[in-house]
Order: sequence, then structure tokens, then C-alpha cells
Amino acid sequence: MTVHDTKLSRRTMLKGGAGLVLGAYVARAERLFAQAATPPKINIAPNTFLIIKPDNTVTVLCKGIEFGQGPFTGMATLVAEELDADWSQMRADHAPSNPQLYKNLAFGMQGTGGSTAIANSYIQMRQVGAAARQMLVAAAADAWQVQPGEITVENGVIKHASGHEGRFGEFADKAMAMPVPTDPKLKDPSQFRLIGKEGAVKRLDSADKTNGKAFYTLDINEPDMLTVLVARSPKFGGKVASFDATAAKAVAGVVDVKQVPTGVAVYAKGFWPAKMGREALKITWDDSKAEKRGSAELLQQFRGLSKTAGKLVKAEGKFEESMAKGGRVIEVEYVFPYLAHAAMEPLNAYLKWDGDTAYARYGCQFPTPDHMAISKVLGLPIEKVKIDVLLAGGSFGRRAQQSTHQAIELAEVAKAIGPGKPVKLVWTREDDMRGGYYRPYCVHRMRGAVRDGKIEAWSDTIVTQSIMKGSFFESIMFKDGLDPTSYEGSNEIPYDVENFRCDMHQVDVGVPVLWWRSVGHTHTGYVVEAFVDELLEAAGKDPIEGRLALLSKKPRHAGALKAVAELADWKNYKVPAGRARGVAVVESFDTFVAQVVELSMTDDGPKVHKVWCAVDCGVAVNPDIIRAQMEGGIGFGLGHILYAEQRIDAGAPVSGNFDTYRSLRINEMPEIEVVIVKSTEKPSGVGEPGVPPLGPAVANALAKLGVGRPRQLPIVPGASA
Amino acid sequence: MAAFTLKINGQARQVDLDPDTPLLWAIRDGAGLTGTKYGCGVAQCGACTVYVDGQTVRSCSMPVSAIGTSEITTIEGLDSREAKAVQAAWVALDVPQCGYCQSGQVMSATALLSINPTPTDRDIDLAMNGNICRCATYVRIRAAIHGAAKTLEG
Repeated sequence: MTVHDTKLSRRTMLKGGAGLVLGAYVARAERLFAQAATPPKINIAPNTFLIIKPDNTVTVLCKGIEFGQGPFTGMATLVAEELDADWSQMRADHAPSNPQLYKNLAFGMQGTGGSTAIANSYIQMRQVGAAARQMLVAAAADAWQVQPGEITVENGVIKHASGHEGRFGEFADKAMAMPVPTDPKLKDPSQFRLIGKEGAVKRLDSADKTNGKAFYTLDINEPDMLTVLVARSPKFGGKVASFDATAAKAVAGVVDVKQVPTGVAVYAKGFWPAKMGREALKITWDDSKAEKRGSAELLQQFRGLSKTAGKLVKAEGKFEESMAKGGRVIEVEYVFPYLAHAAMEPLNAYLKWDGDTAYARYGCQFPTPDHMAISKVLGLPIEKVKIDVLLAGGSFGRRAQQSTHQAIELAEVAKAIGPGKPVKLVWTREDDMRGGYYRPYCVHRMRGAVRDGKIEAWSDTIVTQSIMKGSFFESIMFKDGLDPTSYEGSNEIPYDVENFRCDMHQVDVGVPVLWWRSVGHTHTGYVVEAFVDELLEAAGKDPIEGRLALLSKKPRHAGALKAVAELADWKNYKVPAGRARGVAVVESFDTFVAQVVELSMTDDGPKVHKVWCAVDCGVAVNPDIIRAQMEGGIGFGLGHILYAEQRIDAGAPVSGNFDTYRSLRINEMPEIEVVIVKSTEKPSGVGEPGVPPLGPAVANALAKLGVGRPRQLPIVPGASA
Repeated sequence: MAAFTLKINGQARQVDLDPDTPLLWAIRDGAGLTGTKYGCGVAQCGACTVYVDGQTVRSCSMPVSAIGTSEITTIEGLDSREAKAVQAAWVALDVPQCGYCQSGQVMSATALLSINPTPTDRDIDLAMNGNICRCATYVRIRAAIHGAAKTLEG
């Protein structure tokens, strides 16, 4: 997500005018944070990342947020590997907001997204571990009056041949006060005993997430804290015209009612009185500037536009000339609905503001911009604002807010009632689902030609709404006025096609949109993989052999495809009667995932029985977490492709809860088998890349079954709303 | 507002709440036990699953006034043999991702094993399909339930 194309963001970061903007933004943040010392460009100081206690536990402060994708365990693995710690002594917690110390190296600011957690920390966190090891050894050598080179460290035990033996806790204070080595030596991968080793580590957060102890923002319950619910406009863009809070204030437990920029805030002692109070509000909304269109009108408009050429994104060869030569000419339209993220824990955040300082605690995915937003709303110097990041019950992109809308609302809610009143701002499920920031509505019109068994021409006209327009990312990330996260995956297909064209209409709609697990690839992966399958079918080719023949310049796509073909025994497997299989391969966030799906049709739509999955994410740091992310990505992708839609009617979202926004359930979850492709490439992410291939693999299996490739999602019409 | 004495995890807890307050908020805001989660408020997702007199209940949709002297068990009070087997299996397979739904999943899985020590996949589907996991950890939930069943067999 976010600046989620790490190649692009790194490139823009390093050179070019666009990169300077975020650079300037971060420089401003850093100046504002104004830590006295000048930290090295890439911070590897162990005393900023590690807490080594007398009981020998090593707590790693994780730059990114843990909301299921495993960075706690991942960061601890990288540190423990080079520190030669024992896994049982490792712990993890979130680093607080501080962009100097804890910036995501792919973004230049502190934040999580784009499946970058391991990718941007792989060297840095190993260096932290190696530096700490070197410093602990130096401290022990000093205490024992021996040469550091004669000391060994193994499983958390520091030893010298003279019989001296100690653990990290006893040397930590002394070690942490030592100068940090500038270039600590890292292990050769052949020496790894944790990284990439099956069963070497277990997730650090499993136990607490099984016994109710894991602590989330919703669990904050401070003395004198008020729970706040905000009544927001039912239509996107509506404003409060007037309101009457008499009945709301009469609800027992309601403490106050205030107008805030986003609506009307009800402050109460607990969730239920806040909810009852909000229901008792009488609000007249001014819809004069609200969005008036709905999904039906957007479909008309987008469909119309898709039949005309948009702004050119990329062209190779002579597409129109090639199409004019005829052959098997295919034109198809694909329609994608708005999708809510619907993470299990709806949005929420806590803030304590006393007039001079502010202390926020929540599942904050973008600490740097949020920090600046809170500071701005409350008129506080940035160093007077503190954010502690908490575990979050999922995100899928929803908490990565370039608009900082939640941080702004949090600060506004605190400001409206005045200092000295801690607030916990809570969104109900309905607030969360109807609150916008969806995966954008989107239409793709695909055109192609096959002659003599060869795909000769391919074009993709995209009509959608930009995710980044209007945010600080626009000036950094836009290319030629277009949002690359709308066309990523469509503009550079992996297949050898001589005559190629990709163009786009970027349409303004008053529905707020956001990155949604795998961002542009949620729709571009679908159309590219469904369309290549359709063209290969027209060309009389096998879906896997046909793809492989077109992947001459894409060895890692081909590698993932071959691996999944082997895992699924593509050639010899006997597909049971009434079932069919389909395949897809998608690169996203530098990770290559191929999936084979086996399904049948039922009265309730497709039933996916099994998914075979091959993933190439470079060096596999935590194999079991990679498998878990593939499993979860497949389930997340499947539920949405089959059932989910947030329909908009006259500017208002229709679905408010899981009864009208159908989620995948356990009885709909397929069996899954995952193989990790062996690789020595640098590690890339796994949080998002499991999602994109699932949809087109389902579509291609349905085509094989004779049902045809679904052109309008979700596949099961009416499953939502 | 009205005063209620709730028996939660074997302890009497005084809460002063509107009688219509859902049991979920009596447990969370009233008694201060936060392992039971809010996910939907309309008995769709199962994150709020607790036991009332041993039966699984969606606490978001039962008013506190309907509880009376019933015994409430939350994730914090789970200590049966089945519960321990379920929690151990959950950890062994690293089931949780974000973890937010898992209290509810563990409550439902424990209830299943308490009445059916050797559930089939179909039994698991029926017992667990009221618990949504947006991270889709379902493959591991299923495997962990089978794993726990094996442990319980001894």
C-alpha cells in the first residue's frame, strides 16, 4: 500500500523532484522533533531499539505496527540472529513515534505499509543485533580482563575459555553506554540458525492473543476517560446544518455534546451511553456539497469513459494497427465495487491532552503524519506530543491514512471538550463500514487480438478514482498527473506482447478512498491474469505452458508458476468430476505469488475446495509467517471476490455491518498448501502479495468449468446489501 | 441506571448500568474485563462470545438485565481441560494474526470440544461459522481444533 511500491518510493526518495517533497516533509518533522544528538542516517543504535533487562529478556522495539502480519516476530528474529540470543529470551513491543529513530527506510518517515516491514529492516535490524553483540562482548571482556576476540556468544550465553560465563542482563548497562560500532559485521547467510529455519522461532504474540491478555486500543480504560462517538454525515461530503442535543444530554452517562468538524461528538462514561446518546441526537445535515451519485451512476459514467481512450500510461509497438489486422479479437469489461477493509477492530484512538502536552495511544499505522496532525490541531510544539503505538485488530490498509483524518478528529474531539479530559474516540462497526476510505470503484476495458496461436495485441483502459490525489503523497508519487497505484500491474504486464497499450481515466468522486490490501493489484491482478488466460484459451494454449512461453524476461514469475505447477501436479492431477482448476501469477511489492484454485459451483456460488500457492519473497526470514500470510491473503481475497461490495446509493454507503457486507467464514475457507520458492534475493514483503492472484485464479477455474470469467464483482451477486 | 450483581468467572461484580446495556459492555466497561471484544454489535462476528451458564452467547446482543443470577464465563475465566488444550493448540500452530477475534474463536472452539471431543470438519464448520476472522486464520483454527481433540484423547 501507501508509498507501497517500494521500488518506486525508493527511487523517488533517492532522486528526482518528487522525492524531495517527502524528504522536505520528513526533514521538517525531524527538525520539529529536534533530538539534540545527530543520529546516523540509518539508526542502528542498540539503546534505541533494544531493552535488555536484568532477567536477560531482550525486547525489540518494532518500527512498524503489529496487526497480524508478524513484524514483532520478524524484527526479533533479525536481531536475535546477529545477537546470538536464545529465542526464548526475545520479546517485542512497538517503538513510539519518532521519525528520526524509527523511520521506515522505504518511506523516509515512520509508518507501516507496502509490505515493507522486513524488506526495509533486514539489514538495519541485523546491524542492531550485531552491534549489540559486539558491545556486550566488549563489556564482558572489560569485566573479565580478557580479549574480546576470545569471547563466544551462543544462545544468549557469553563465554570465555578461562571459565568466565555470563548473560546479557549483567552487561547490558555497561554495553549500552559504549560507542555504537559504525559497521558491525553481519553473519554470512550460511551461518544463520534462525533466519529461514523451519521451526526455529515461534510468534511472540500467540499466547496473549489466545488468552485475552493482548491489549488493544479498545481496551484502554483510564480514570476519568470519556468514550466518544461522533455522528457523521450519512452522505459523503455532508455537513452539520443544525442539531439539537437536548435528548442526547438527558441520556444517563452522557457527559457532554459538542460540534466538531466531522460532525457532532457525544462524550459519555462508557460505550453504551455514548451510543444511546448519539442515537438521541437530532441533526439536520446540509447536503449541498455532498456526493449525489451512487454505484449505478458511477458504472454508467465509468463504462462510458472506458470506451474512449484515456491518458496514455504506456505504449509499445502499434496496438491499433495490430488490432486492425483481425484474427481472434476479444474485448471485455471488468467492474470492481467499492470495498471496505472491515478490520475486526473498528477504528479507535485515545488521547490525553492537558493544554501543554498531548499523549495519544492507538493502533497508529502512520505515526509521523499523525503526530504532526495532532500537534497542529492542538497548537502544540511537536515535542510536546507523544504517540505510543498499540496492537491493532487488523488494518488491511485502513489505518494507513495519508489524510490523517482519524488523528485530526481525535485531536478535534479532545479540543472541543477542553483540556484535562482524556478521550477514547470509538467508531462502531457501522461507522467503520460506512465511513468511506474504500478500495476505489473501478472499470477496466480489455482489448486483445490472437493470431496464429499468438497474443499479438493487448490494451487496458482503466477508469478509476485516485487514492493519493489531494494528499501529501500526490506531489511525491504522481506521474504525469496520474496515480500509479491505480494502474500498477496493468502498465507493465510480465508477458511478451509486441503491441501493448495502457491508458487511464482518473475520475473525481466524492467518496473517500484508500489503499486496500495489495492496492492497485486488487483489480489489475484480476484483469491481467483473467485476460491472459482468456487469450491463451483463444490461442489454444495450456494456461501454465502458455504463460511460461510468454515469460522470457520474467524468471521469478516463471519460477513461482513452475513451483505451483509442481505442487499442484498440474499435468497429471485428475480433477474430480464437477470441479475445475484455474491458475494465476502476480508480482506485487517485489514478491511473486502463483496460485492454483480448484472449485465447483453450488447454489450459493463457487465453492473453492483447495488452493495451491507458491511464493517467492526472496530470503524467507520466517517461513511459517510467510505461509500464514499466504493463507490469510487467500482467505481475504476469496471472501471479497465472492461476496463483498460496498454499494453507494445517492452519495451514501449502503452496507453497515457484516449482515450486509458478507465476510468469508470458516465453512467457505479452502484447504491451502503453500510452497516457498528458495531464493537468495533480498527479502520482500508478504502481507499483501497473497491476495492478488486468488481472484483471477477463481475466475479462470470458473471459465474452465464453463461458467465464464466473472466480469463484475463480487462473483455472487447480492451477497452483500 | 440500575445496579446489577453479575457473577463473572466465579466472582461477584457490581455494575451500575442502564438495564438495556448489552452484557458485552457490562463486562468490558462495567467489570473492566477486556478480553471479550466488540466486533459488530449485532451477533454477526462472534468476537464477543462468552458463556452464560455454560452456553455460548453473543454478549453484544444480550441485555445485562436478562442475566439475573446466571454464571458468566469470559476468556479470562477459561480454565477447563478443553480450554487448556485449545489454547495450547492455538499457540503450537501460531493461529492468531491480528488476534482481535481470537478470544471469541477460543471460546467457541472450547465449547465445541466440551460437547464433542472428536469433531469432524463438518462439525467444526457448524460450530465455528459464527466467528468471523478477517485475517482468515481459518485453516489454522481448523487444524488447531483437530490438534486439541487429539491431545484430549490422551
